[in-house]
Amino acid sequence: MNNTKSQILLKTPLHSLHLELGARLVPFAGYEMPVQYSAGIRKEHEHTRKSASLFDISHMGQIKLYGNDIESVLEQLVPGEIKDLQEYRQRYTVFTNESGGILDDLMVTKLPDCFFLVVNAACKQADFDYLREKFSSKYDINWINAALIAVQGPLAPQVMAKLQPELAQMPFLSAIQTSIEGISCLIHRCGYTGEDGYEISVSNEEAQTLTKILLRDESLEPAGLGARDSLRLEAGLCLYGHDLDHTTTPVEADLNWIIARKYRLKPQIEASFPGAKTIMSQLDSGPNRIRRGFLPESRIPVREETLIINSEGRKIGIITSGGYGQSIGKPVCMGYIDTKYDDSDDYNVEIRNQKISLTKVALPFVNHRYYK
Amino acid sequence: MSNEKYTEDHEWLRENEDGTVSIGITDYAQEQLGDIVYVELPNTGASFDANSEMAVVESVKAAGDVKVPVSCEVIEVNSRLVDEPELVNSDPLGEGWFIKISVSNMSDLDELMDNSQYSEYVGNL
Repeated sequence: MNNTKSQILLKTPLHSLHLELGARLVPFAGYEMPVQYSAGIRKEHEHTRKSASLFDISHMGQIKLYGNDIESVLEQLVPGEIKDLQEYRQRYTVFTNESGGILDDLMVTKLPDCFFLVVNAACKQADFDYLREKFSSKYDINWINAALIAVQGPLAPQVMAKLQPELAQMPFLSAIQTSIEGISCLIHRCGYTGEDGYEISVSNEEAQTLTKILLRDESLEPAGLGARDSLRLEAGLCLYGHDLDHTTTPVEADLNWIIARKYRLKPQIEASFPGAKTIMSQLDSGPNRIRRGFLPESRIPVREETLIINSEGRKIGIITSGGYGQSIGKPVCMGYIDTKYDDSDDYNVEIRNQKISLTKVALPFVNHRYYK
Repeated sequence: MSNEKYTEDHEWLRENEDGTVSIGITDYAQEQLGDIVYVELPNTGASFDANSEMAVVESVKAAGDVKVPVSCEVIEVNSRLVDEPELVNSDPLGEGWFIKISVSNMSDLDELMDNSQYSEYVGNL
């Protein structure tokens, strides 16, 4: 089980610290990553919602794009607007393919001299190759070989402001280049838990020192990828490879808000990002399937790949993420249903020969508490 | 001294004074599963062949089967686990027991591991 170690697994700069902190390490996207620490997933989840947790997310890809008028090239690759992004502001977007499917979801920040991207670990090499193909050789595309540490939870601002007061007031989805006890960091106010929080990009060499400085704060505890997953699920946030993939469009994923307003509101502006035709037509006439959140009427967790059926036994959808919603004390799941059945209230799953009815609910399951 | 017997699938069995045998999962098993959020138990009176699946545990991470190593009939189930599945994590060999069975052939238990054999088995995993 957890003690089968493969030599090809990569380690983050915090690897030895994870072991000191009692982490259980598992293979994830080619890395050996902490799925939980000794507290366990439930407690780590709860602690994040009521205090603050530290997550190692160094497996994610950090890329910087340099060159003249990058925004124009980048905007050709995504459904969102990039040209209007202000300096030090960050935005969520996706790379799409020619059929409108999502190649990856990512965060983009405009920095004074470049654009900074954070992409999924499992997609990062493909993303890099894709960018290299789309940007001519006059652009530089560089991996940022650095650690990425998330501090998430309602007490995150207090924890961070004690070390660097200017972090308290920074807007949500903004970035700041600063230092903590002399360690240079690029810090974003963002996250993947539904809570207020920060993501800190710091050099590999100084990552452990910084993490230890952060963990001196008694309100901050380490949390693993297990809690990160249950937190993001309760927050209704998509996980690439599960809720999103190259066959899912942003409209199907109920992410219309990531499509630039200029395309949505001004039909005379023709969108030319990959798959724009499909995506804009789905926006106009509705997609065939749509992502929705559900509460099972049972304590049995409903897991990914479980089919959603109606009372006649017809397959009308599939679960793409499911688990236990610790903060609401019951199982939660999300998945895709055929839009023909979006107005129905007849959703069921069958688990071990038991029929469990699902109640469709508006996402998120737990309200976002981002800094405003 | 504890008189539990153990399986390679990390179930424990303990003979009670009334001749029934209690079954649960070991500390190692609950540790590996992580926080348990649901336990599905069989009905009282159900009978099982050796090595058949008698219960399902669902943790925050995954679902796992719990087997009976011997053929048996279910005498009693621990209904507390319905509302308090976390008992399996907090007290796997005590309040976190799953079911009590009547074993068809008690000598079948002799083939299972004892405490020290199981400790050695887990140590080598």
